[in-house]
Amino acid sequence: MLLFLQEMSTMLFAILSSFIFALVLFFIGQQRFERFTWLASLLPLGLFIYFAQFIPAIANGDVIHFSTKWVPSLGINLDFQLDGLSLLFTLLITGIGSLVFIYSKEYLKENNKLLRFYCYLSVFMGAMLGLVTSNNIISMFVFWELTSISSFFLISFKNTDKESRKSALLALSITGLGGLSLLAFAVLAGQLTGTYTISEMLTNPELFAQGELSIFLLVFLLLAAFTKSAQFPFHFWLPGAMRAPTPVSTYLHSATMVKAGVYLLLRFSPHFSLNEYFGTILIIFGAITMLYAAVHTLFRTDLKGILAYSTIGALGIMVFLIGIGTAEAITAAIIFIMVHALYKASLFLVTGTIDYGAGTRDITRLAGLRKFMLPLSIAGLLAAISSAGIPPSVGFVGKDLIYESTLHAGLNAGLLTTIALVTNIFMVFAGFIVGVKPFIGKLPEHLSETEKPNFILWGPPILLALLGVVFGLFPGLLGNLFTDNIAAKLSGVEAPHLKLWHGFNFIFLLSLITIGAGLLLYVLWKPSKSKETFIQRFDVLAPKDLIILFGNLFSQLSIFLTRLFQNGYLRRYVMILLVILTVVLGIHIFINPRVFLNIEQIKSLDWNEIIICIIMFFAILFTVFSKSRLSAVAGLGIVGYAMCFIFVFYGAPDLAMTQFTIDTLTVILFVLVLYRLPKYLRMSNPTNRIRDGIIALTFGTFMSFIIVEIMNENPVKNVTEFYSENAYVLAKGKNIVNVILVDFRGFDTMIEIIVLSIAAIGVFALLKLYLKKHEK
Amino acid sequence: MEILLAIMTGILYAAGIYLILRRSLVKLIIGIVLLGNGVNLLIFLMGGLVKGRPPIIPEDAKHLEGLFADPVPQALILTAIVISFGLQSFAIVLIKRAYKVVKTDDIDAMNETDRI
Repeated sequence: MLLFLQEMSTMLFAILSSFIFALVLFFIGQQRFERFTWLASLLPLGLFIYFAQFIPAIANGDVIHFSTKWVPSLGINLDFQLDGLSLLFTLLITGIGSLVFIYSKEYLKENNKLLRFYCYLSVFMGAMLGLVTSNNIISMFVFWELTSISSFFLISFKNTDKESRKSALLALSITGLGGLSLLAFAVLAGQLTGTYTISEMLTNPELFAQGELSIFLLVFLLLAAFTKSAQFPFHFWLPGAMRAPTPVSTYLHSATMVKAGVYLLLRFSPHFSLNEYFGTILIIFGAITMLYAAVHTLFRTDLKGILAYSTIGALGIMVFLIGIGTAEAITAAIIFIMVHALYKASLFLVTGTIDYGAGTRDITRLAGLRKFMLPLSIAGLLAAISSAGIPPSVGFVGKDLIYESTLHAGLNAGLLTTIALVTNIFMVFAGFIVGVKPFIGKLPEHLSETEKPNFILWGPPILLALLGVVFGLFPGLLGNLFTDNIAAKLSGVEAPHLKLWHGFNFIFLLSLITIGAGLLLYVLWKPSKSKETFIQRFDVLAPKDLIILFGNLFSQLSIFLTRLFQNGYLRRYVMILLVILTVVLGIHIFINPRVFLNIEQIKSLDWNEIIICIIMFFAILFTVFSKSRLSAVAGLGIVGYAMCFIFVFYGAPDLAMTQFTIDTLTVILFVLVLYRLPKYLRMSNPTNRIRDGIIALTFGTFMSFIIVEIMNENPVKNVTEFYSENAYVLAKGKNIVNVILVDFRGFDTMIEIIVLSIAAIGVFALLKLYLKKHEK
Repeated sequence: MEILLAIMTGILYAAGIYLILRRSLVKLIIGIVLLGNGVNLLIFLMGGLVKGRPPIIPEDAKHLEGLFADPVPQALILTAIVISFGLQSFAIVLIKRAYKVVKTDDIDAMNETDRI
């Protein structure tokens, strides 16, 4: 048991190690780090080995749990779970991560922000690992947001480039929107099922299928997954994210970031197994994305642009397969995740090396590079073969499974198979354009100065591409280790066993058609600038431009509203508050008029009180309408003294004394300080004065009504009784007001004194401050 | 008397607000003082009016008996008066200083940094 526990805590450490590493890097410093960059790659490599040791246990069908209390009162724990699906993703993240870490060392070796780069990269890796191993949906959300944030820094790594920053912001806002949606899903699902643990939510799948809230659950989950995994119409952040350095694109778009959405869908597909819309919506959006992206690959000339759209297409295929949801389809999706990770990472790295050596990624300017980059061209070819699904690559196994699942999809089998076929043809094309075309043909003149890349720049892509072939030769290996187990768990049915060779059947024919048509397209269709310009004409209708337009309108509207409400004039702010308050009070008074007075409670009017009130009334009028500052201040003083009299009449001698003192002091201060101010003018025009007068009078009248209404209520006198009982008994004072101030609420008074002292210091400082000449 | 004082409170509010809505800084402060008086009067009224019986325990007694003015609102108002004096004196000196720098007491001339 103890051993078990120890093993579990290593898991938390493993996931957090990337964050710790990033923190440590900060203290190392750029200079020292540059000499030991290769050491950084030991982190993902070590993690890869660590996770790899779980393969045998997981292949047996075990699920490893680990839980640390985090915020137990809210049901939020650091719950980690390693099952087949999580393990597959952790291995992809750390495995491809290792190669990206190594590759970046060479690719970015002249960059002076290398340290920062590795910090971001390891934070991102840690976040991804946490995301795919979290078994608590809230901690999953936290890691999900961390991937969005760290990928923002990775995409905007070339931060002097305006376009880079723009696309990073776009990616952050789109994936951030999805993050919020995931939070909504998490809270809703947690409230509905009574648990925040993902595996425990599964006990009641009806909750995700029936009831009013199930629709919201579905929409929130899909919004989160679709934004992250770049499904139409949220796909547009992904091509923009290609502004990132190539190793980043490799990492984000082959194995990690964009697959998070797919992971989310896979993880929750059992929960939604009873929800009839889940599959249909996924198929529809997946299919649109596939076709949309596939067509776009034809019109791009930038290698990374082509790869971006083929990635979107691949993500579409995955979503599409999850939508079909049979054991075959899930197996196909899992295999395709792997296939895609291997060949897409390889192709991205190939692109990076081409860019590094030849200085361009424009496909129309690239040819014949095999002369300088023979090993790289082999990597490109192998990756292209895998992406095209030519045997014996693992891509072939994957493609077989895709057709198998579409053909067995029931009613719409014909339509689904056609969609898959068309998309796959474009995938073949995209793979060959990027992986083969730059290396064949005659070397153009402008490339004759191409630098020969060293081992680190061609080793990783060739390794990845080779793996694609090896797994293809031994598909059973993958099946035993991952897919059987994962697909069975997610679909509830035993998964089909993986085979490279199925015999000459219809599916094989489809594969042949795919490969043949794709290669034909590759030979016949030449990407060119004019074609790219052609498709860009439709950008006005593209979701990206529509959303940017919408965003601009939104910010215009908010500028307008801000100008309206916060125009920098104090009067406007006060007026808005007052008008709203007046309206609220007015509604209250008119809906529920209770303005009457209990005659018995009314005190009789004495003549002296009436006189005081009349004096006060005229003093107020005088203060408001006086044309001289001094007489206004005098009027203010009279109002204060009238208040004193009211206090005296109604049993408040302390108040009267205080009011008298303070009032006198205020008038003196006013007179002393203000006699040198400019003329006391009427600055507003008559219309404004009348408008303000109406507002003020309405508000004052309503206040009077409210006061009369409140005085009808019987006040609660508990506190008063306490003080009158205890003032002498407990505090030995006869004057209750004084006892309250200096004894019962002594601390308040002390703090009040502090406030006054601060004000006094402020007054003193303002009076004593001498301005420098230029400030006068 | 309650009604009369309720009306006075309303007038104090109206006058205070009207002056706060003016452009002159001095009027703004006078308005705040008037509004403060209105609020104090409001709190005073909420405790209920009792004529001529301050909350002071007689020499020979340990408790207050019978009808007496409520000490709690009085304690609150006392605090309010003193604090508002702090505010007023600071504001008055601040106006003077501001006038020395910007040469005006027109609020509209002082909002340059606040405008979008």
